[in-house]
Amino acid sequence: MSAVIEVRGVTKAYGDKPVLRGIDLAVHEHQAVALIGASGSGKSTLLRCIDLLDEIDDGDVLLDGEVVTDPSVRPDRVRRRLGMVFQGYNLFPHLTVLENVVLAPVRAHRRDREEARAHALELLDRFGLADRAGDRPDRLSGGQQQRVAIVRALATRPRALLLDEVTSALDPELVGEVLALVRDLKADGMTMLLATHEMSFAAEVADEICFLHEGLIVERGAPEQLFEAPEREETRRFLRRLLDAKRL
Amino acid sequence: MDDRRAARAAAKRRRARRGAATATVSTVLAVVLVVWLVGSTPGWPDVRETFFSWEAFRTSFPDVLSGFWLDVKLFVIVELCVLVLGLVVALVRTTRSPALFPLRAFAAAYVDVFRGIPVILLVYLVGFGVPALAFEGAPSDPVLLGGIALTVSYTAYVAEVYRAGIDSVHASQRQAALAVGLTEGQALRFVILPQAVRRVVPPLLNDFISLQKDVALVAILGPLEAFRVAQIEAASTFNYTPLLAAALLYLCVTIPMARLVDVVQRRSRAA
Repeated sequence: MSAVIEVRGVTKAYGDKPVLRGIDLAVHEHQAVALIGASGSGKSTLLRCIDLLDEIDDGDVLLDGEVVTDPSVRPDRVRRRLGMVFQGYNLFPHLTVLENVVLAPVRAHRRDREEARAHALELLDRFGLADRAGDRPDRLSGGQQQRVAIVRALATRPRALLLDEVTSALDPELVGEVLALVRDLKADGMTMLLATHEMSFAAEVADEICFLHEGLIVERGAPEQLFEAPEREETRRFLRRLLDAKRL
Repeated sequence: MDDRRAARAAAKRRRARRGAATATVSTVLAVVLVVWLVGSTPGWPDVRETFFSWEAFRTSFPDVLSGFWLDVKLFVIVELCVLVLGLVVALVRTTRSPALFPLRAFAAAYVDVFRGIPVILLVYLVGFGVPALAFEGAPSDPVLLGGIALTVSYTAYVAEVYRAGIDSVHASQRQAALAVGLTEGQALRFVILPQAVRRVVPPLLNDFISLQKDVALVAILGPLEAFRVAQIEAASTFNYTPLLAAALLYLCVTIPMARLVDVVQRRSRAA
């Protein structure tokens, strides 16, 4: 069976600074893959390249076996099949919570408005946000905003979710509610690729951990193997630094 | 404890009362001083007669007022045209497609040129130049020509106001819009423009205050709008009071507009 997301030999440079230097990766149906690594190691860029928000220099990205990085493919059609959640939430401030969630299903997917509203309210209700449906995003806490952003990404019924450090901008006491939501999605069997700094969370939710270092996946494996017995020196050094900072 | 709170409240009331009293006294003093200074100038009796004649005001006002309706009609129509055309020019300038480069360059040149020419000069050029071209169907109505000149000039200003608004919406908003699957056009229409327009309402209204005054420039082409009527009256009676009547009429529309700007600005800051 082919992977939902497959990345083959992807390279990307900003100017003459290489950011991704040949990434190979596959995320299978119902699988969660976590990208870990220092800031600047290329985690976010990789996610943005998969969602076609950044253009790759070389290699291929495949979605359900179809090459989507071909210039003849319309990027909006590809993005409709993926859900992306950003570190800074990026909710639309001029729209209510419900309007934020309904916009893409109605405008991009041409779904019936009533049906889209019903689905949005159902999702908001499931994640404890139903009473905020009529509020503007700036009335919500950071944790609530990020949960709305995840609901917004789910509302289009995506094939997979790309989560870009979804808890990094949150106050520590708000991290838990967002992680709980992602845990729920994993239990539902949602296919996910997530960049994260939360190691214990990555260990708990991910089927595979990929450690990025200077634009390369230098080590990958099941969480227990990668965290308990890393083989590469770079991985050990990264984990030791986190341990010193009490982040592990 | 309660005593001290009561004392503090009393002191606050006293301060407020004293502030209001001081403001009143100083305003009255300032007005009296100006009136006395102006009144004591050697030319005042003549000026009072030629600029502040109640008689001349009364006789000229109906004519000036009927001329002013032309100004009102003109600026309402020009405002609407400018709102739409300015947005079109701004949108053209923010496109990215290489195929649209000629259009983009044209829009940029348009803004540079017409924002850089004095409005009065533009009214002359359009008002006398276009009819002189004598092509089939060339407009000859001076009101229409003046309206075109004002539209051309103000569209350039307003396009820049819109563009500043569009640029002020953070790039992450466009990305979030694309990420949920919207096309570039949909992202602009549903996410970026609504935020941009909200932000530029106060500066847009400011530009409209200037436009409401600049309609008087159409007078140089001859139509009988308020300023022109007042000028004619003044020239035939050697009394300038009709000009004052015209000035009062302009204030009747510009001051409410200025208050509207204040209200909108306060509301957008509160939001």
